[in-house]
Amino acid sequence: MIDASLFSSALTALTPILFAALAGALCQRAGVFNISLEGSLLVGCFGAVAGSWYTGSAWVGVVVAVIAATAYSLILAIGSITFDGDPIVLGVASNLLAVGLTSFLIRTVFGTEGSFSDPMLRGLGQFGPIPGQSLLVYLSWLAVPALAVLLYRHPWGLRLRGVGERPEAASSLGVNVTKYRYGVILAGGALCGLGGAQLALGSVTLFAENMTAGRGWIAVVAVMLGRAHPLGVLLAALLFGLAEAFGFRLQGIGLPQQATDAAPYVVTLVALFLSNIKRKKGQPA
Amino acid sequence: MTRVRLIAVPVVAALVLGAILLLATGTDPLAAYGAIVSGAFGPDGIGDTLAYAVPVAGMATALAIPLRAGMVNLGGEGQLVLGAISALAVGLYVPGPGPVKVVLALLAGVLAGAAYAALAAVCENRLGVPLLISTLLLSYPAMSLAGYLVRFPVKDAGSSLPQSPQLPEGTRLPELDGVTTGIFLVVAVIAVYAVIDARTPAGFETKVTGWAPRFAEYAGIDRPKLTVRLLAASGGTAGLVGAIAVLGFPYRFIDGALITPQYTWIGLLAALLAEASPLGTLLAAVFFAALTSGGFAMERATQVPRELTAVLQAVLIIFLAATSGVFKRKAGRA
Repeated sequence: MIDASLFSSALTALTPILFAALAGALCQRAGVFNISLEGSLLVGCFGAVAGSWYTGSAWVGVVVAVIAATAYSLILAIGSITFDGDPIVLGVASNLLAVGLTSFLIRTVFGTEGSFSDPMLRGLGQFGPIPGQSLLVYLSWLAVPALAVLLYRHPWGLRLRGVGERPEAASSLGVNVTKYRYGVILAGGALCGLGGAQLALGSVTLFAENMTAGRGWIAVVAVMLGRAHPLGVLLAALLFGLAEAFGFRLQGIGLPQQATDAAPYVVTLVALFLSNIKRKKGQPA
Repeated sequence: MTRVRLIAVPVVAALVLGAILLLATGTDPLAAYGAIVSGAFGPDGIGDTLAYAVPVAGMATALAIPLRAGMVNLGGEGQLVLGAISALAVGLYVPGPGPVKVVLALLAGVLAGAAYAALAAVCENRLGVPLLISTLLLSYPAMSLAGYLVRFPVKDAGSSLPQSPQLPEGTRLPELDGVTTGIFLVVAVIAVYAVIDARTPAGFETKVTGWAPRFAEYAGIDRPKLTVRLLAASGGTAGLVGAIAVLGFPYRFIDGALITPQYTWIGLLAALLAEASPLGTLLAAVFFAALTSGGFAMERATQVPRELTAVLQAVLIIFLAATSGVFKRKAGRA
């Protein structure tokens, strides 16, 4: 039941979530509540497929995905920071916009409905010692310590957290709150672009309508569960990936797919309960 | 007056953006918009619009109820599906005369949705999981459960699709010109919501909590209790919508049939657009339903994909959220 290929499929499952969750953690640290991760991921998927198909290069696809998702995250940035709109409303609407827009584009650009797959479409291919994983998988793991160091050991990260915790104080010390918040939302968009590229060109090579299927929402949960710390977020995403991979295994021994589909969500919910109970006990009464 | 401007500016902006998108695909925007309007309200389309408006308005109301207090219920899909499957179970397996079974099935739908949503409220109150997350996470197991049920124990043996058998003749909500009689139930729920919102202490407490949560707590409003009540009302309404959906045509539960049309998310957009006011939510829901059914007509008439209307809906909300912030700030300065 538990072997190397289980971890391999867990890795595949968690990578897009990890990218999106790191994006969410960055935003959270700067005091921006970002629930538009799902939409940014989906736009990243579409950008990756469009870029790869037009140029015949998967890596151009990755670049296009990053640009598209970063540009898309401007909606949240401009709407919530410059115009002071409600980030939850903007997030819900931009997630729906991503579903509508990519479904619209798949039909106007590729002339097909539902999903698009083509021999011309280049996937990311395998890389490194673990079979079946793309370069982006390793990149997502590298991003964890990189962001941890940036957030906790670099002046930029200290200022960023200052912006999140005490925006007025940070502002009075000469830190440009608006600039930092724009920065994290756009950087988050770029990370979601990488996640989307991995999802669309990593283990499969296609675009399907609404193919993110709630992964961006799981990333929002992972941010909570991991307390917006890169390492915590990694553990949360790993938990989710393992639950999903383990679910596939259990299907092999006859458990219905619907039961195992629900498993990651239930596991995450239980993990949230447990972590909250532990925290409550830790607090002096 | 400000309210009118608040809605008019984003509507015009969304239409302009849609026109740009249409021009980019080489379509005359006026022709496309004309097709949407005539498709939504013309003699052939009005029935479709109404049929689509029933679940959307129902879900919009369900999500508006807690939104009035600033609480976002993201688990509408799970509550909707659970209500549908519970109503179906009663309709199929409980013995008794038809009309009694219809009433029992509707009640089962309401109770299932209410209990499930209240569970999410308890998760926030007792276990510290924010409502946004607890409602969302609970939604997926509910959808999986329904998917499992119609594939195995409650599967229609004569069909290869993941769907339940049809409810027997007497256990159905009849249709009037293609629109379920469940429409009266949805209208009744909205009327009750409007009265509670405008005329009762409970409605006032809810609104105060929405305007100023801290003040509400200071004034002695028991937030955890209010959360459970609002979520139960919200989930109950969602469950009712699900029950109406299976008791109406095609009189069965088909896996995905309540999820794919995005009733819940379009309903949430409608509730957000109207800031959860009862009549405003109804109007916004009918408007979005008309846009969606008009989108199908536009696709037939002009080859423009119907998803254009989904884009318009979302863009409208984005502009609204952004401009409401601007107006809020201006008002603050004045």
